Amino acid sequence: MNVSRRKTLKAGSSVGLFVLLGVAGLLRPGAARAADWNKQAFEQKTVAEALRALGAQSPANSDAILIKAPEIAENGAVVPIAIESRLPGTQSITLLIEKNPQPLAASFGIPAGTEASVSTRVKMGQSSDVYALVQADGKYFVAKKEIKITLGGCGG
Amino acid sequence: MADPMRIRAVARDGSVNVKVLMSHEMETGQRKDASGKLVPAHFIQSVSATYQGKTVLQAQWGPAVSKNPFLEFNFRGGQKGDKIAVTWEDNKGEKRTDESTIN
Repeated sequence: MNVSRRKTLKAGSSVGLFVLLGVAGLLRPGAARAADWNKQAFEQKTVAEALRALGAQSPANSDAILIKAPEIAENGAVVPIAIESRLPGTQSITLLIEKNPQPLAASFGIPAGTEASVSTRVKMGQSSDVYALVQADGKYFVAKKEIKITLGGCGG
Repeated sequence: MADPMRIRAVARDGSVNVKVLMSHEMETGQRKDASGKLVPAHFIQSVSATYQGKTVLQAQWGPAVSKNPFLEFNFRGGQKGDKIAVTWEDNKGEKRTDESTIN
Protein backbone atom coordinates (compact mmCIF):
# COMPACT_ATOMS: atom_id res chain seq x y z
CA MET A 1 0.00 0.00 0.00
CA ASN A 2 1.44 3.26 -1.10
CA VAL A 3 0.35 5.73 1.56
CA SER A 4 1.30 8.94 -0.19
CA ARG A 5 -0.58 7.76 -3.23
CA ARG A 6 -3.69 7.15 -1.12
CA LYS A 7 -3.36 10.62 0.36
CA THR A 8 -3.05 12.16 -3.05
CA LEU A 9 -6.13 10.29 -4.20
CA LYS A 10 -8.06 11.40 -1.17
CA ALA A 11 -7.02 15.00 -1.57
CA GLY A 12 -8.07 15.01 -5.16
CA SER A 13 -11.18 12.94 -4.69
CA SER A 14 -13.73 15.66 -5.24
CA VAL A 15 -12.17 16.52 -8.55
CA GLY A 16 -10.95 13.02 -9.31
CA LEU A 17 -14.25 11.29 -8.74
CA PHE A 18 -15.92 13.79 -10.92
CA VAL A 19 -13.45 13.18 -13.70
CA LEU A 20 -13.83 9.41 -13.43
CA LEU A 21 -17.55 9.01 -12.91
CA GLY A 22 -18.54 12.51 -13.69
CA VAL A 23 -19.66 12.48 -17.19
CA ALA A 24 -20.73 9.01 -18.15
CA GLY A 25 -17.08 8.20 -18.77
CA LEU A 26 -17.39 9.82 -22.14
CA LEU A 27 -16.74 13.44 -21.41
CA ARG A 28 -13.53 14.69 -19.89
CA PRO A 29 -12.56 18.19 -18.87
CA GLY A 30 -10.22 19.98 -21.18
CA ALA A 31 -10.34 21.15 -24.73
CA ALA A 32 -12.90 19.92 -27.21
CA ARG A 33 -11.65 16.65 -28.61
CA ALA A 34 -13.54 14.97 -31.38
CA ALA A 35 -11.37 11.89 -30.82
CA ASP A 36 -13.28 11.31 -27.59
CA TRP A 37 -16.60 11.33 -29.41
CA ASN A 38 -18.66 8.29 -28.40
CA LYS A 39 -19.12 6.94 -31.92
CA GLN A 40 -20.64 3.70 -30.75
CA ALA A 41 -23.41 5.38 -28.76
CA PHE A 42 -24.16 7.96 -31.44
CA GLU A 43 -24.49 5.32 -34.17
CA GLN A 44 -27.07 3.15 -32.39
CA LYS A 45 -30.45 2.94 -34.08
CA THR A 46 -32.74 2.61 -31.05
CA VAL A 47 -33.04 4.34 -27.69
CA ALA A 48 -32.44 1.04 -25.85
CA GLU A 49 -29.23 0.36 -27.79
CA ALA A 50 -28.02 3.91 -27.28
CA LEU A 51 -28.68 3.67 -23.52
CA ARG A 52 -26.74 0.41 -23.43
CA ALA A 53 -23.83 2.00 -25.27
CA LEU A 54 -23.87 4.84 -22.73
CA GLY A 55 -23.86 2.37 -19.84
CA ALA A 56 -27.36 3.44 -18.73
CA GLN A 57 -29.52 0.38 -19.42
CA SER A 58 -32.43 0.95 -17.08
CA PRO A 59 -32.61 4.52 -15.83
CA ALA A 60 -35.23 5.33 -13.17
CA ASN A 61 -38.04 7.69 -14.14
CA SER A 62 -37.72 11.05 -12.46
CA ASP A 63 -40.00 14.08 -12.29
CA ALA A 64 -37.02 16.16 -11.17
CA ILE A 65 -35.95 16.37 -14.80
CA LEU A 66 -37.78 19.02 -16.79
CA ILE A 67 -37.94 19.03 -20.57
CA LYS A 68 -38.97 22.40 -21.93
CA ALA A 69 -40.00 22.12 -25.56
CA PRO A 70 -43.03 22.93 -27.68
CA GLU A 71 -45.87 20.37 -27.68
CA ILE A 72 -46.15 20.93 -31.40
CA ALA A 73 -43.15 22.10 -33.40
CA GLU A 74 -43.93 23.47 -36.82
CA ASN A 75 -40.45 23.03 -38.22
CA GLY A 76 -38.68 19.75 -37.45
CA ALA A 77 -35.38 21.23 -38.63
CA VAL A 78 -35.22 23.55 -35.63
CA VAL A 79 -36.88 22.24 -32.48
CA PRO A 80 -35.84 24.19 -29.38
CA ILE A 81 -35.33 21.91 -26.38
CA ALA A 82 -34.21 22.89 -22.90
CA ILE A 83 -33.47 20.32 -20.22
CA GLU A 84 -33.17 21.13 -16.54
CA SER A 85 -32.23 18.64 -13.85
CA ARG A 86 -33.15 19.33 -10.23
CA LEU A 87 -31.40 16.16 -9.10
CA PRO A 88 -28.54 16.91 -6.71
CA GLY A 89 -25.12 16.04 -8.08
CA THR A 90 -26.11 16.15 -11.75
CA GLN A 91 -23.07 15.24 -13.83
CA SER A 92 -24.39 14.91 -17.33
CA ILE A 93 -27.51 15.58 -19.39
CA THR A 94 -28.17 13.58 -22.53
CA LEU A 95 -30.89 14.08 -25.12
CA LEU A 96 -32.32 11.19 -27.14
CA ILE A 97 -35.00 11.42 -29.83
CA GLU A 98 -36.74 8.09 -30.23
CA LYS A 99 -37.77 8.22 -33.87
CA ASN A 100 -34.67 9.84 -35.32
CA PRO A 101 -32.48 7.49 -37.41
CA GLN A 102 -29.87 7.79 -34.65
CA PRO A 103 -31.67 8.61 -31.39
CA LEU A 104 -28.70 10.00 -29.45
CA ALA A 105 -28.70 13.70 -30.29
CA ALA A 106 -26.50 15.45 -27.74
CA SER A 107 -24.77 14.85 -24.45
CA PHE A 108 -23.62 17.57 -22.06
CA GLY A 109 -21.11 17.25 -19.25
CA ILE A 110 -21.97 19.46 -16.29
CA PRO A 111 -18.90 20.29 -14.19
CA ALA A 112 -19.37 21.38 -10.57
CA GLY A 113 -20.35 25.05 -10.55
CA THR A 114 -22.30 24.82 -13.79
CA GLU A 115 -26.07 24.80 -13.48
CA ALA A 116 -27.77 21.58 -14.57
CA SER A 117 -29.71 23.25 -17.31
CA VAL A 118 -28.91 23.39 -21.02
CA SER A 119 -30.76 24.59 -24.10
CA THR A 120 -30.16 23.74 -27.73
CA ARG A 121 -32.00 23.19 -31.00
CA VAL A 122 -32.32 19.86 -32.75
CA LYS A 123 -33.67 18.24 -35.88
CA MET A 124 -36.57 15.81 -35.67
CA GLY A 125 -37.63 13.71 -38.64
CA GLN A 126 -41.14 13.12 -37.31
CA SER A 127 -43.27 13.35 -34.17
CA SER A 128 -41.51 11.44 -31.42
CA ASP A 129 -40.92 10.95 -27.75
CA VAL A 130 -37.77 12.67 -26.58
CA TYR A 131 -35.85 11.44 -23.55
CA ALA A 132 -33.69 13.43 -21.17
CA LEU A 133 -31.19 11.12 -19.49
CA VAL A 134 -29.46 12.53 -16.43
CA GLN A 135 -26.56 11.08 -14.54
CA ALA A 136 -26.60 12.24 -10.93
CA ASP A 137 -24.37 10.86 -8.19
CA GLY A 138 -23.39 8.07 -10.54
CA LYS A 139 -26.96 6.89 -11.14
CA TYR A 140 -29.09 7.35 -14.23
CA PHE A 141 -32.53 8.96 -14.36
CA VAL A 142 -34.80 9.71 -17.26
CA ALA A 143 -37.80 11.81 -18.24
CA LYS A 144 -39.70 11.87 -21.48
CA LYS A 145 -41.89 14.21 -23.47
CA GLU A 146 -43.74 13.85 -26.74
CA ILE A 147 -43.14 16.46 -29.40
CA LYS A 148 -45.35 16.60 -32.47
CA ILE A 149 -43.83 17.76 -35.70
CA THR A 150 -45.85 19.22 -38.54
CA LEU A 151 -42.94 19.43 -40.99
CA GLY A 152 -40.03 16.97 -40.83
CA GLY A 153 -36.48 18.21 -40.48
CA CYS A 154 -34.36 15.44 -41.94
CA GLY A 155 -35.66 15.40 -45.47
CA GLY A 156 -34.37 16.83 -48.71
CA MET B 1 -12.51 28.37 -42.23
CA ALA B 2 -15.84 28.52 -40.53
CA ASP B 3 -17.38 31.82 -39.56
CA PRO B 4 -16.90 33.07 -36.01
CA MET B 5 -19.27 32.07 -33.26
CA ARG B 6 -21.49 34.63 -31.65
CA ILE B 7 -21.07 34.38 -27.91
CA ARG B 8 -23.02 36.44 -25.41
CA ALA B 9 -22.15 36.05 -21.74
CA VAL B 10 -24.01 38.07 -19.14
CA ALA B 11 -23.33 38.02 -15.38
CA ARG B 12 -26.32 38.34 -13.08
CA ASP B 13 -27.13 37.16 -9.57
CA GLY B 14 -23.80 35.38 -9.16
CA SER B 15 -24.03 33.30 -12.28
CA VAL B 16 -23.13 33.83 -15.91
CA ASN B 17 -25.64 33.12 -18.64
CA VAL B 18 -23.89 32.03 -21.83
CA LYS B 19 -25.53 31.89 -25.23
CA VAL B 20 -23.58 30.62 -28.23
CA LEU B 21 -24.52 30.57 -31.90
CA MET B 22 -22.14 28.59 -34.10
CA SER B 23 -21.96 28.71 -37.84
CA HIS B 24 -22.00 25.16 -39.20
CA GLU B 25 -23.92 23.16 -41.80
CA MET B 26 -24.56 20.20 -39.44
CA GLU B 27 -25.05 17.92 -42.46
CA THR B 28 -26.60 14.63 -41.31
CA GLY B 29 -25.26 12.31 -44.00
CA GLN B 30 -28.83 11.21 -44.74
CA ARG B 31 -29.75 13.96 -47.15
CA LYS B 32 -29.47 13.61 -50.93
CA ASP B 33 -28.41 16.39 -53.27
CA ALA B 34 -30.17 17.32 -56.54
CA SER B 35 -28.48 14.46 -58.43
CA GLY B 36 -29.58 11.90 -55.83
CA LYS B 37 -26.17 11.43 -54.23
CA LEU B 38 -25.90 11.32 -50.46
CA VAL B 39 -24.35 14.45 -49.02
CA PRO B 40 -21.60 13.27 -46.65
CA ALA B 41 -22.10 13.91 -42.95
CA HIS B 42 -20.41 17.06 -41.67
CA PHE B 43 -21.26 18.10 -38.14
CA ILE B 44 -19.80 19.41 -34.90
CA GLN B 45 -18.92 16.52 -32.61
CA SER B 46 -17.57 18.21 -29.55
CA VAL B 47 -17.90 21.57 -27.87
CA SER B 48 -16.26 22.90 -24.77
CA ALA B 49 -16.50 26.18 -22.92
CA THR B 50 -13.74 27.35 -20.59
CA TYR B 51 -13.52 30.13 -18.05
CA GLN B 52 -10.06 30.94 -16.67
CA GLY B 53 -8.72 27.60 -17.83
CA LYS B 54 -11.52 25.62 -16.19
CA THR B 55 -14.05 23.73 -18.28
CA VAL B 56 -17.54 25.03 -17.52
CA LEU B 57 -19.39 22.94 -20.09
CA GLN B 58 -18.54 20.10 -22.40
CA ALA B 59 -20.76 18.57 -25.02
CA GLN B 60 -20.79 15.79 -27.57
CA TRP B 61 -23.18 16.19 -30.44
CA GLY B 62 -24.56 14.02 -33.18
CA PRO B 63 -25.86 15.23 -36.53
CA ALA B 64 -29.33 15.75 -35.03
CA VAL B 65 -28.29 19.12 -33.63
CA SER B 66 -29.74 21.82 -35.91
CA LYS B 67 -27.83 23.73 -38.55
CA ASN B 68 -26.02 26.74 -37.07
CA PRO B 69 -26.21 25.27 -33.57
CA PHE B 70 -27.48 27.18 -30.57
CA LEU B 71 -26.35 26.45 -27.05
CA GLU B 72 -27.30 28.07 -23.76
CA PHE B 73 -26.08 27.31 -20.24
CA ASN B 74 -25.29 29.02 -16.92
CA PHE B 75 -22.32 28.71 -14.62
CA ARG B 76 -21.55 30.21 -11.24
CA GLY B 77 -18.56 32.28 -10.24
CA GLY B 78 -17.81 34.17 -13.44
CA GLN B 79 -16.84 37.84 -13.13
CA LYS B 80 -17.88 40.68 -15.36
CA GLY B 81 -14.99 41.71 -17.64
CA ASP B 82 -13.41 38.26 -17.69
CA LYS B 83 -13.26 36.19 -20.84
CA ILE B 84 -15.05 33.00 -21.72
CA ALA B 85 -13.82 30.81 -24.59
CA VAL B 86 -15.78 28.29 -26.63
CA THR B 87 -14.20 25.67 -28.89
CA TRP B 88 -15.84 23.25 -31.28
CA GLU B 89 -14.44 20.45 -33.41
CA ASP B 90 -16.28 18.72 -36.23
CA ASN B 91 -16.13 15.21 -37.68
CA LYS B 92 -13.66 16.36 -40.35
CA GLY B 93 -11.25 17.62 -37.71
CA GLU B 94 -11.94 21.28 -38.32
CA LYS B 95 -11.79 23.40 -35.14
CA ARG B 96 -12.72 26.87 -34.13
CA THR B 97 -12.27 28.80 -30.89
CA ASP B 98 -13.82 32.16 -30.10
CA GLU B 99 -13.76 34.34 -27.01
CA SER B 100 -16.15 36.80 -25.52
CA THR B 101 -16.06 39.15 -22.55
CA ILE B 102 -18.62 38.65 -19.80
CA ASN B 103 -20.96 41.63 -19.52
